[in-house]
Amino acid sequence: MEKRVYFKGWFLPALLITPQLLITAVFFFYPAGTAIWWSLFNPDPFGLSTKFVGFANFDYLFADSYYKESFYTTAIFSSLVTLFSMGIALYLAVLADRLIKGAGIYQTLLIWPYAVAPAIAGILWMFLFDTQTGLISWYLGLLGYDWNHLLNETEAMGLVIVASTWSRVSYNFLFFLAGLQAIPRAIIEAAAIDGARFWRRFWTIIFPLLSPTTFFLVVMNIVYAFFDTFGVIHTITKGGPGQSTTILVYKVYSDGFVGLDLGSSAAQSVILLIIVGLLTILQFKFVEKKVHY
Amino acid sequence: MKKVKRIVSMVLMIGMFSGTALSATEIHWWHAFKGRLGTLLAEQVDQFNAAQSDYKVIQNRKGNYSETLNAGIAAFRAKKHPHILMVFEVGTATMMAAKGAIKPMYKVMSEAGVKFDPDGFIGPVKGYYTTTTGEMLSMPYNSSTPVLWVNRDAFKKAGLNPDMDLSTWQKVGAALDKLKSSGNKCPLTTAWQSWVHLENLSAYHNVAFATKENGFAGMDTELVFNGPVQIKHIQAMGNWAKEGKFIYAGRRNEGGKAFRAGECALYTESSAGYAGIKKNAEFDFEIRHLPYWEGVKGAPQNTIIGGSSLWVLSGHSTKEYRGVAAFLSFLSSPVIQAAWHQNTGYLPVTLVASQKTKKSGFYDSNPGTDIAGIQMTRKTPTSVSKGLRLGSFDQIRGMIDEELESVWSGKKTAKSALNNAVKRGNVLLRRFESSNR
Repeated sequence: MEKRVYFKGWFLPALLITPQLLITAVFFFYPAGTAIWWSLFNPDPFGLSTKFVGFANFDYLFADSYYKESFYTTAIFSSLVTLFSMGIALYLAVLADRLIKGAGIYQTLLIWPYAVAPAIAGILWMFLFDTQTGLISWYLGLLGYDWNHLLNETEAMGLVIVASTWSRVSYNFLFFLAGLQAIPRAIIEAAAIDGARFWRRFWTIIFPLLSPTTFFLVVMNIVYAFFDTFGVIHTITKGGPGQSTTILVYKVYSDGFVGLDLGSSAAQSVILLIIVGLLTILQFKFVEKKVHY
Repeated sequence: MKKVKRIVSMVLMIGMFSGTALSATEIHWWHAFKGRLGTLLAEQVDQFNAAQSDYKVIQNRKGNYSETLNAGIAAFRAKKHPHILMVFEVGTATMMAAKGAIKPMYKVMSEAGVKFDPDGFIGPVKGYYTTTTGEMLSMPYNSSTPVLWVNRDAFKKAGLNPDMDLSTWQKVGAALDKLKSSGNKCPLTTAWQSWVHLENLSAYHNVAFATKENGFAGMDTELVFNGPVQIKHIQAMGNWAKEGKFIYAGRRNEGGKAFRAGECALYTESSAGYAGIKKNAEFDFEIRHLPYWEGVKGAPQNTIIGGSSLWVLSGHSTKEYRGVAAFLSFLSSPVIQAAWHQNTGYLPVTLVASQKTKKSGFYDSNPGTDIAGIQMTRKTPTSVSKGLRLGSFDQIRGMIDEELESVWSGKKTAKSALNNAVKRGNVLLRRFESSNR
């Protein structure tokens, strides 16, 4: 029989969870509820006349081939950003974890980019790759390569992926490093004595023991790639060329805030909400089973 | 203790009295200008505030044009909106449709008893902001039109005569060939591609951009900028892009950077690029008329404006509207208008300001600064050259940008890109029509 600790009464627990519930209600339930409400209307920008249209906003969206393409763009962008930022962070964390001298300096420097907001990161990369004045694009020009992310879709996508990845590596690095340091040395040393080389130790011991951290980061990074990368895309490509870097959240912005089409924008955020919710549920249902705590 | 109390109450009273004496009615103005234009705008406000003590205008920059309009709309929904909102010409149809949110300018003026003559504004500018029944709804603030900027030094370097005729695209094409073959890395670049190369191109060649007089005659307008003239021009630009003669720099005025640095030989940009180019260009530059295609009947007609107008928002007190009227009337005064035109390269929007500038000899000492005005007013605007009035137009421009980019990159032909832009834009026009019915 399992022993359970429990508190008598309901007042103290209720009091303790109230702040969190309030924050969730104000910053999540209220805006999400408003978005669902507005997605059923076609209001004029000033909110002077509001017409109930049922699901017409959704019909309008799914009739738009560019909206469907935006799903595809988002899938590619998000999976590549998650893959690269986690892969690079894990590699760096493993190396930094093995350092004997100067570990502090390396770790500090690797964490620095986390202090840079995505929009600023976007500007920094844009300076490097600006088609006319960028440093790297100038060197590429010397090598005979004509860098032009304003017209070349692959280059544009590559650039926003690199910039988004760069600004996320630090965050992932921090968690991986903490995860690595939490693995008991004794296990690793025992394996080493048994003659296991580093990469064998890594794949059979370290990586499985890191899986809670990895799982957490996958969820967080997908959310990051879906939403927080807005700043990077807004500063570097503004969704172009064409709509080749218009991910779902950027379309919510451009239709709602540039196009002033609040009904469609609200419908898009509802769809986005559903997608991210489904993704997270799927991950918890299927991926989490493989995680060792 | 008693003494202290008395002193305190006296200080308080003085504070209150001086407070009432100083508290002029505040008029809030949200705008989109920074840099040199922002400084000039702030100077106008300071001048007005210094000249009288009843009203105090407070100006605030809210971001670029789109962001400013958006901030104004969000504030209106929250009932915290300013008195005056700067809205770029693209947002005109949106504002006109928002009848409950605006207070038409002619009404503000007549209610405040301020004398105001809409006929004092030059025709193309007035027409843009006036209803079909002749009521002026907003006050034109900054208006410009696209012109051709020439880097004369780059022409000399390429062995071309900088005085050569560049009035037609055919002749510009020949110049581009020579510039390219002599090693110029950026023969031609542009700002605001849709505004210059589709919207103005259409008006300049007297072909429609949209049905129903480009939207002036009704919200049931449809885009028609996929005609032969537009296709011909965009295809020519696409070919130049492929051959490295036209360098695409971005959707807004990113191309200005390279032109001001002396890298580009030709640049199609608003006449209001003047302030920046004059300040930064370390080469001999010249302003020319926007080129046209020789052989198109009726070309060159007139070009149309870009820029912004000031909209008065509803829901404020009578006293405040009186202040708004006083300020707007101050802004349209000849002295302010003439100085604004001469400092920025924006058009003189009133006839008096235009004459005043001419008389002062400004055009003789700054050759080319009168080109924009001439280009706009030399012919009486036709039903398709007086401007555009299209809903959701900022978003439609975004679609046009996307489609044009696919032509510059060689992914699509001009014909299929323009057909697609028309198709996509029309969907938005119908949506705008239904939400404003």
